[in-house]
Formats: sequence, structure tokens, C-alpha cells
Amino acid sequence: MTTEYETHEHDVLIIGAGGAGLRAALGALAQGARVGVVCKSLLGKAHTVMAEGGIAAAMANVDTADDWRTHFRDTMRGGKLLNNWRMAQIHAQEAPERVRELEQWGALFDRTEDGQILQRAFGGHTFRRLCHVGDRTGLEMIRTLQDRGVQLGIDVYMECTISRLLKDGDRVAGAFGYWREQGRFVVFRAKSIVMATGGIGKAWKITSNSWEYTGDGMALAYGAGAELMDMEFVQFHPTGMVWPPGVQGILVTEAVRGEGGVLRNKLGQRFMEKYDPKKLDLSTRDVVARAIYTEVREGRGTEHGGAYLDISQKPADYVKKKLPSMYHQFKELADVDITKGPMEVGPTCHYMMGGIRVDAETAKSSVSGLFAAGEAAAGLHGANRLGGNSLSDLLVFGRRAGMAAAEHANHVSTTALDSGQIEEAAREMLAPFERDAGESPYTVHRDLQETMQNLVGIFRNKEDLIRALEELEKLKERAGRVSVEGSRLFNPGWHLAQDLKAMLTVSEAVTRSALAREESRGAHSRIDHPGLDATWGTKNNVIVREGSAMMLRQSAVPELPGDLKQLVAEEK
Amino acid sequence: MAEAIFEVFRGDREGGQPATYRVPIAPGMVVLDALHHIQAHQAPDLAVRWNCKAGKCGSCSAEVNGRPRLTCKTRMDALPLDKPITVQPMKAFPVIKDLVTDVSWNYRVNKKIPPFEPRPGTDWKIYQEDVDRAQEFRKCIECFLCQDVCHVLREHEEMEQFAGPRFFVRVAALEMHPLDSKSRTRMLKEELGIGLCNITKCCTEVCPEEIHITDNAIIPLKERVVDEFYDPVLMLVRKIRGEK
Ligand SMILES: Cc1cc2nc3c(=O)[nH]c(=O)nc-3n(C[C@H](O)[C@H](O)[C@H](O)COP(=O)(O)OP(=O)(O)OC[C@H]3O[C@@H](n4cnc5c(N)ncnc54)[C@H](O)[C@@H]3O)c2cc1C
Ligand code: SF4
Ligand code: SF4
Ligand code: FES
Repeated sequence: MTTEYETHEHDVLIIGAGGAGLRAALGALAQGARVGVVCKSLLGKAHTVMAEGGIAAAMANVDTADDWRTHFRDTMRGGKLLNNWRMAQIHAQEAPERVRELEQWGALFDRTEDGQILQRAFGGHTFRRLCHVGDRTGLEMIRTLQDRGVQLGIDVYMECTISRLLKDGDRVAGAFGYWREQGRFVVFRAKSIVMATGGIGKAWKITSNSWEYTGDGMALAYGAGAELMDMEFVQFHPTGMVWPPGVQGILVTEAVRGEGGVLRNKLGQRFMEKYDPKKLDLSTRDVVARAIYTEVREGRGTEHGGAYLDISQKPADYVKKKLPSMYHQFKELADVDITKGPMEVGPTCHYMMGGIRVDAETAKSSVSGLFAAGEAAAGLHGANRLGGNSLSDLLVFGRRAGMAAAEHANHVSTTALDSGQIEEAAREMLAPFERDAGESPYTVHRDLQETMQNLVGIFRNKEDLIRALEELEKLKERAGRVSVEGSRLFNPGWHLAQDLKAMLTVSEAVTRSALAREESRGAHSRIDHPGLDATWGTKNNVIVREGSAMMLRQSAVPELPGDLKQLVAEEK
Repeated sequence: MAEAIFEVFRGDREGGQPATYRVPIAPGMVVLDALHHIQAHQAPDLAVRWNCKAGKCGSCSAEVNGRPRLTCKTRMDALPLDKPITVQPMKAFPVIKDLVTDVSWNYRVNKKIPPFEPRPGTDWKIYQEDVDRAQEFRKCIECFLCQDVCHVLREHEEMEQFAGPRFFVRVAALEMHPLDSKSRTRMLKEELGIGLCNITKCCTEVCPEEIHITDNAIIPLKERVVDEFYDPVLMLVRKIRGEK
């Protein structure tokens, strides 16, 4: 068989057009690189568009005592010190400049009385720190970046999915993918590739994530030999919608609590007083998610198995102004007027702290020419991410990844494409069409979601995790036998058959890492190992491929320099 | 269990026709849930766009019972269930497959619009009252429902001469940015064809973000054009309203 495909060439290929990918594109462009951006959906529809609450940056516009040190400390503590300290430092130091830059490119944030960018409170942040636009901050951010990118001349390949990275010896050489619209194949040749593909939430049943979040970037990088890190740390956001069934999992922004919303159980008790008497409703997400889960399990849940979240004590106009999309979301989808009564909320799979292991300064992975930024990369957030620290992450490390990728491209020769790899990638894509009467990819996906939800959820234990690994083996086999109906033209079933492979890879990485870490830290809670363990506190789990086997090893958490160590230890 | 009957367009550029599906109804269900149910149980290759399922990304636009809507925000309990619910792709754009249309034209139009250009020497002090106006337009989620419903595009297919309401909203956001220094008035008249809009307000009616497209974006922009050039429709409107 000789596969037909079109070829495009760039210095830097960016996979993903969310905040990280677009900021990387601008970073690479500024270095004079020829940049291409590929994305699975239309431009402007990536997850970043859904971000609500805000961007964390110590601008000190509202609380003048704020500075990068405090932001750094909050991030490290939120991450239970498993973070890469250097990433946390760079992030805290550079975030304000990145936000100002957005403003200079036309973003319009909400304002303080004296005409500066307004900042709001969020869980785990000592000061009011989140720059925001009502509860549609992500939309403002992605439009600003996208308009600028398009204007400056990046090539965008929309509704195009990468299914494999191509290699030239030890380095990346390009990527193989397909156009969703016609189902035709496409090959990109590039000297550098930036993975900005986002998270993995679609492997769980209750999730705030869209169909795009199938862990492609992590699985592709893993396939190409890159290391993954911290894969056990999956963030369950405490407040997703729980009712009606169709909207289960859809996010209720933390800004509701940031603006004064209060959690109560069915008995009317402010149960956070029990779980975190100091920070209460604005405790970190891992704590609040477990608290709600526990309340429900112990019989104090609401009618539909959640907690009440109430902001109706605030004036109705204020709520509508500060949380307009929450107001509409509940009114239109759940028949609840949040200015009059409480919402029902419960934990939902939301964010991946783990991902591709990268160098703090340059965002490069362990494979030459491969970079990663945003949710697809690991390190900044450690064991638990603070709200608002993702959007800032995208800007800070997106830019750095783009710049480093362009720099790399400047220094290396053109890559060679290997037709053998391309043929194999094409064969793999087409296999589900060749099989008759196989299972539907939808049923395999449903069973995968059940497995991850029930066995690798908020609370974990050894037996469940071992069972999950067994189930994943069976699911892998089933995924290898699915068949798809119809043609190659815009075919969601065919697409899902591809996605399954990535989801299964990352699910296995999550489960293996979770099984290894015999302690509870941040978002990872082991019922059979409920406390923090000092030795585990010095180790990150690292996953790498050896042949067809997934290998797990531990790597030492980089040690903090003396002054920063002291800073993190200080009680304030 | 209660059921709804759906007639969903199946086809591609070559043509097609509605196919009938029966879907069980759950409380609070939206049309997009039903389409997903059809994909999972009856037609795995049914082409549908979606991302957020919460009215934030503008991907899931289609025509439900003939009305342009976000399918993720169209509740089943708001539709009559005694007759089939029809779901069709947006009519103004060419069909790719089933409910997925080719909206690339919009991206081409967008590219023409000169971006934000800050006033030189600004100190970036901006007050809330000055951003309120532009923020309304920046809520746009690019669902293109307004483009779909606008007769200039839908019936008259004036894609070459007319940018459509979405892009008047975008221009309004730029023009009303308190620190922008560029004028796009000539472009509005000559390239984006704002004069072809006869203020029927259909676009405003379908906008899921409740942007007052006509009153707050188009009319003020037309006024800017009139101040520089001449627009017969606006003259008429002003006359009817008894404005000067
Ligand atoms: C509802 C919601 C609210 C949130 N609110 C906040 C908030 O207030 N503050 C905050 O800091 N964070 C928030 N987050 C988290 C934050 O939005 C995300 O972590 C962040 O946007 C991820 O950005 P990204 O650039 O890494 O990836 P994304 O924006 O998800 O972009 C991923 C891109 O990769 C592309 N892609 C993936 N796989 C492939 C492939 N195989 N081939 C080609 N392209 C591919 C996708 O098409 C997409 O363009 C929120 C998340 C959600 C879901
Ligand atoms: S008001 Fe103008 S832009 Fe809006 S639908 Fe009518 S003609 Fe089209
Ligand atoms: S203006 Fe409204 S209807 Fe038009 S694209 Fe934007 S959100 Fe959709
Ligand atoms: S799926 Fe995002 S608006 Fe409907």
C-alpha cells in the first residue's frame, strides 16, 4: 500500500491551539520561525475558551502586599512541595508581565476603581490575585491570542488531528495526522514540535472536560520515547453540576466561592469548618473535593448526591455582573436561579497536574526537538493545582516553549521523514475500517470511563488500582478490535477509535503511578495510606516506554535552594 | 420511558435527507444529549460539532425545529414532543456532513479586520465604565448563529460584499475599545458592506450571548459611517424615530 497524503513544512509545529499553543506560536514567531498550529476543533474552541474564574498573577493591584514570592509559596504549598520549584518560581515571576502583554494586545479585563486590572480571591491564594473578565476569562484570553496569531501570520490547520509523531533517529522529525473534514492524511515536517494538547479528563465519566481531552499529546510523546511525570495527580474540581443528569460534571467556577459563595450540607451545616477551619470554602481543591465527597458518603448529601453552594446572600445584580455565565448556566440548564437559591454541586474530573516531563527554563522534553507546555506538561503544579494557575501557566510556559522551539529549529538541520513510519501510521488509522462486526468504540469508551471513575477516582486503594490495571488490559484488547461504520468523512466514531488508544495509555500511566505512591498527597488520596509520607515527598513518579512495556521509576524532586526553602516554610 | 422522535439531517455536499431516530428522554435533557445518544447507540458516524456542552464555545450550532440554536442549550422540555423534532445544519453555510457545516468563510472575513492598535504613549489606565460597552461585544462565542439567520447571507448569499453581524460585533469591540487608535469606518462601508444591513434585528434575536447586535453594535457603527459617508437605511431609521 502507498498512502496518499499532503505534506507541510514548518520550523516549529505546534500541536494544540489553546492558550499554551497559541502563546507558543507567538513566542516562536517572535524569533522569526515559520510556525504551524494544528488543532482538533475549530480555532477558538479549545478548552481554554471555557476557563472562567481568572488568571493568577501577583500584580498587587488589589492587595498591594502581594508579590511573586507569595505567589510562589502558595503554588508550592498547594502542590504539596512536589512541584518543580524552578518552574514555580519562573511562573510567579513572569505571570504579571504576561497578563500585561495580553492587555496590550487588546484584552479587556475587569477594572479596579483606579483603572487597573481587577483581581479576585481564589482557593489557596493568600491574596486577591486572579485577573478576570466576569466568569469568561478564558474566552477573552483565547480570542486575544488567536486574533494576534492570525494577524501575524501563523498557519492554522483546524480540525486536523495528529495521531503519531515521526522520528528521525533520536529526534522528532514531524507528525502524521488526518483532516477530519475529508478523512485525508497529512504529514507535517518540522524541526521542533511543541505539545500543547491539554488534558485527559475524557477517560472519566464525570468530567468538566470536552471530547478533545483524551490525553493525545501525552500518549504521542510517550510513544516517541518522552518521559511522563506525576501522572497520579488528577484534579477533581470540587464543584461540578450534579443535576440534571445531562449536565453532570459541567464546571461551576471557583469564582462563586471567590465572590463569597458558601458550601453547606443537607443539614445546613457549613461543613468546611470541619475540614479546613482556616481557609473554609476557599481551601485548596483537593481538600474541598474530598470534603464534599465525604459529606455525601456519610449521608449528608443533597437530594442528587452533592452539596449546596449558595451565593444568593449577595445582591442579585452583583451576582449577575460577576458571574453571568453561571447565572445563565443554572437558569437555562437546571432551572435554578442562583440569585435566589443554592446550587447543587459535586466533584468532577477537571485537570491533569501530571504530563510530559519538561525542563523548567526551556520546556523541552527528554526527546530532542520535542517541547511541551500547558496542561500537557508536568512540573509546575506538583500534587495539586491552584485555581487560576493554569491560565498563567499557559502564557508563561507557552511563550518559553515557543521561543526555545524556534531556537532549537535554528540550530539543527532539516529532518528526514521515514516513509515506513508514515505507512505504519496510516495502516493503524485505517484498521478499524477493515474489521467487520467489531465492537463500537462508544461502548469501549463508556466502560473505560466507568473503570476510571469507580476505581481510579478521588479516593483510591490498592485493590481497586490492581483491578483497574486488569480492566485496562481487557479494554486495550477490546479497543484493538473495534470497528467503525460509515466513511472517512467527518466520522466521530472513527475518531473515537483513535482517541481510545491515547486514553488507554494515559489511564494506565495514571493507575500505575497511583498504585506506586503509597501515601496521600494533594489530589492523590489512598484510603489504605491516608497520611503524607516523608520519603514519597522527595520523589516524582516517572513513566517511560521500553519496547511495548510501560516502565515506572522514581526521580528525586529537585531540592529548593536555601532562601526559597525558608520562604516556603514561613508561616504567614 | 418517554421518548422523543428526531428527524436529523444526514448527508453531505452531494445532498441528503432526514433520518428518524427514537431517543429516550431524561430530565433536563438538551438536544445535544439526544444527538450524543444517537451517536452512541444508533449512528456512530453522525457528524456533530461540540466542545463545552455549556454554551461557552459556540461549536454546537444547528437549526432545531427550523430555529438557529445552540443544541447544548436547547432543552427538550421546551420543545413540543407530540411531533418529531427536526435538526438541520445551519443553512447559510455549505454542509460538510450531517450537522457540520463549512464555516471557514467566517475565519477569512475575520482576518481582514485590522486588529487593536493602542494609542501611542498610553498609560493603560482604563475604567470600568469605559470597558462595559466593549465587553458586551467581547462576549461573542463565535457560534455564527447570527450569520446563519441574517437574510443578507442566508437568502442573498452576499458573502463577497457583506461581513455579517458577527463581524460588526467584532469591529464594534475594537472601535469601542477605550484605547484603540484605528478607524475602521471606511472598511465597514467599502469592504464589510454594513450598508446592506437593513436592521431587521433577526441576528439579535438568535444571539445566545444576548448581545444587542443591532442596537449596540450595528446602529452605532452605521452612525459612524454616516458621519463620514451616507447610509440611506439609517437615514430612514432616524427619520422614523424622529431623530435629527
Ligand atoms: C470549565 C473549565 C474552567 C476552567 N477555568 C479555569 C480558570 O478560571 N483558571 C485557570 O487557570 N484554569 C481554568 N481551567 C483550566 C484551563 O482552562 C485549562 O487547563 C487550560 O485552558 C488548558 O490549556 P492548554 O492550552 O494546555 O490546552 P487546551 O486549551 O485544551 O488546548 C488543547 C489543544 O490541543 C488540541 N489537540 C489535542 N489533541 C490533539 C491532537 N491529537 N491533534 C491536534 N490537536 C490536538 C486541541 O484541539 C486544542 O486546540 C478551566 C478548565 C475548564 C474545563
Ligand atoms: S439586523 Fe442587519 S445584520 Fe442583523 S440580521 Fe438583520 S440585516 Fe442581518
Ligand atoms: S454575536 Fe452572538 S450570535 Fe453572533 S456569533 Fe457571536 S455569540 Fe453567536
Ligand atoms: S457545546 Fe459549546 S456552546 Fe454548545
